[in-house]
Amino acid sequence: MSDSFDDLRDLYQEVILDHGRRPRHARRLESFDATAKGDNPMCGDRIEVWVKLGTDGTIADTGFQARGCAISVASADLMAETVIGRSKADTHALFEAFREMARTGQCPHCDGALADPLERLEPLAGVHEYPSRVKCATLAWHALIAALEGGKEASSE
Amino acid sequence: MNVEAKISLGRPAVLDVARIREDFPILRQKIRGKPLVFLDSAASAQKPRAVIEAMREAMETQYANVHRGLHWMSERTTDAYEAAREAVAALINANDAHEVVFTRNITESLNLMAHSYGRGILKPGQAVLISGMEHHSNIVPWQLLRDERGIELRVVPVTDSGELDMDAFETLIADGKVGLVSMTHMSNVLGTYTPVERIVRMAHAHGAKVLFDGAQAVVHRRVDVQALGCDFYAFTGHKLYGPTGIGVLWGRRELLDAMPPFLGGGEMISSVAFERSTWADVPHKFEAGTPPILEGIGLKAAIDYVQQIGYDAIAAHETALVDHALARLGTIEGVHILGRAQDRGGVVSFALDRAHAHDVATLLDRQGIAVRAGNHCAEPLMHRFGLDSTTRASFAIYTSHDEIDFLADSLARVREFFK
Ligand SMILES: Cc1ncc(COP(=O)(O)O)c(C=O)c1O
Repeated sequence: MSDSFDDLRDLYQEVILDHGRRPRHARRLESFDATAKGDNPMCGDRIEVWVKLGTDGTIADTGFQARGCAISVASADLMAETVIGRSKADTHALFEAFREMARTGQCPHCDGALADPLERLEPLAGVHEYPSRVKCATLAWHALIAALEGGKEASSE
Repeated sequence: MNVEAKISLGRPAVLDVARIREDFPILRQKIRGKPLVFLDSAASAQKPRAVIEAMREAMETQYANVHRGLHWMSERTTDAYEAAREAVAALINANDAHEVVFTRNITESLNLMAHSYGRGILKPGQAVLISGMEHHSNIVPWQLLRDERGIELRVVPVTDSGELDMDAFETLIADGKVGLVSMTHMSNVLGTYTPVERIVRMAHAHGAKVLFDGAQAVVHRRVDVQALGCDFYAFTGHKLYGPTGIGVLWGRRELLDAMPPFLGGGEMISSVAFERSTWADVPHKFEAGTPPILEGIGLKAAIDYVQQIGYDAIAAHETALVDHALARLGTIEGVHILGRAQDRGGVVSFALDRAHAHDVATLLDRQGIAVRAGNHCAEPLMHRFGLDSTTRASFAIYTSHDEIDFLADSLARVREFFK
């Protein structure tokens, strides 16, 4: 049983441990244009996301409050980091590409226009080996997309 | 494991864990190259070869539908299925096997009670008394009853030590409105055994009937419904080393007789006409449709297996494991164990500083250790202790002290990981 946690470093990379421990965007926005809650009833993870839009319709700021595991908090934080300044359409595209990465570990769009933010999210790709944990990584995104679409609740079920 | 085997030489009441492990084929499995350390038996237990064989043999040699064929196969299968009812009656010392109703699981047993006792016997204005440490399956059916029939739902609070607040119990039952007390015999989160004899005495003194959720308790302790004096007792087969798909509701004959049916269909009728149908006698009145035949046969094999080991040894083993686990886990810095009941059984739930229960479970899984993480279908209890989730290790007859040591060593390393 020497160092069998070592192979877990592909799931719990330093970036994830760091953002899970000290999220930079974990705050409620004072003024916002959209908000939604996300709920994963399977494991009890909860998140609330707030979005402030700029005059051009891009995401000017976003913040969240989450109760959940290191993966879900880190994912929410990296999401916030990568969507600020982006249009809704780009955010949608990023979500789709990220979701595929989390589910399959593959990233066919990683060479495209979204290469930079996807590279930032890449440390989360390790969850694809843990099917029950994929939802932890995508919950924040589901909530963000629900907020942008004017919904109130999202579930990663 | 070796240690256990040695101890058992001189003391027959102690389990020979090494030998018992031989009876569970799955325990030979490797998880990612590591031996399986299965500490999730409170969610569902592994199956001994005797159960697997009994079900296979029934399918290969004597399978047909029950209670309807006049042919050899059906008669043999009916006998085997009814023998399971006898085995359950003997297990819990019921007066009469007709008092044993088979369901799909304990959740269905509790819903049957909420339907047939709740809607059929209780009257609006009466109350059902549950506790703050119930599994969702002993909460939600009563909420549905409350919302539909105006039958009040009262909840006995849980103390900081994870025990029932019996003073509050007394207050809540004092006005005589409580018609049914429905309470767990052992908490699946805290491990607390509830004071069942006292509950029965207090309930009966105030005119209430008593139903116990024995899903966890019956796995570790001899249950004698006549000695307990309760009116109903329910449990679920798959936690008692039996198959999924079969549960039990035991009730006193006169109470079951007075209750209306639950589901309608074949098996549960005496005669059917479009104007009016009449019901079969208990237990069949509550068993609509083709029953869990193979599961019944498997459950009987499980009960025989457990009886052969004996509850004295099983209970002593549980106590020794819990003491060992509390001693080992309790001294790891940053580990907070939920509940410290005087009388406690084979589950230990804990929170770890800085590490979420799901992360803990994933790391332990990497070591081949299976634990449960989450709210354990007891959200109100989690909130009572200010938590959303915990990690839970739970024990069975095949659990060894070595496995608990391995858990403790691994947890110390999980803590390092999330430091
Ligand atoms: C105390 C208790 N009651 C009820 C249940 C429900 O069991 P089942 O899902 O088999 O109906 C469980 C197990 O999950 C339990 O631990």
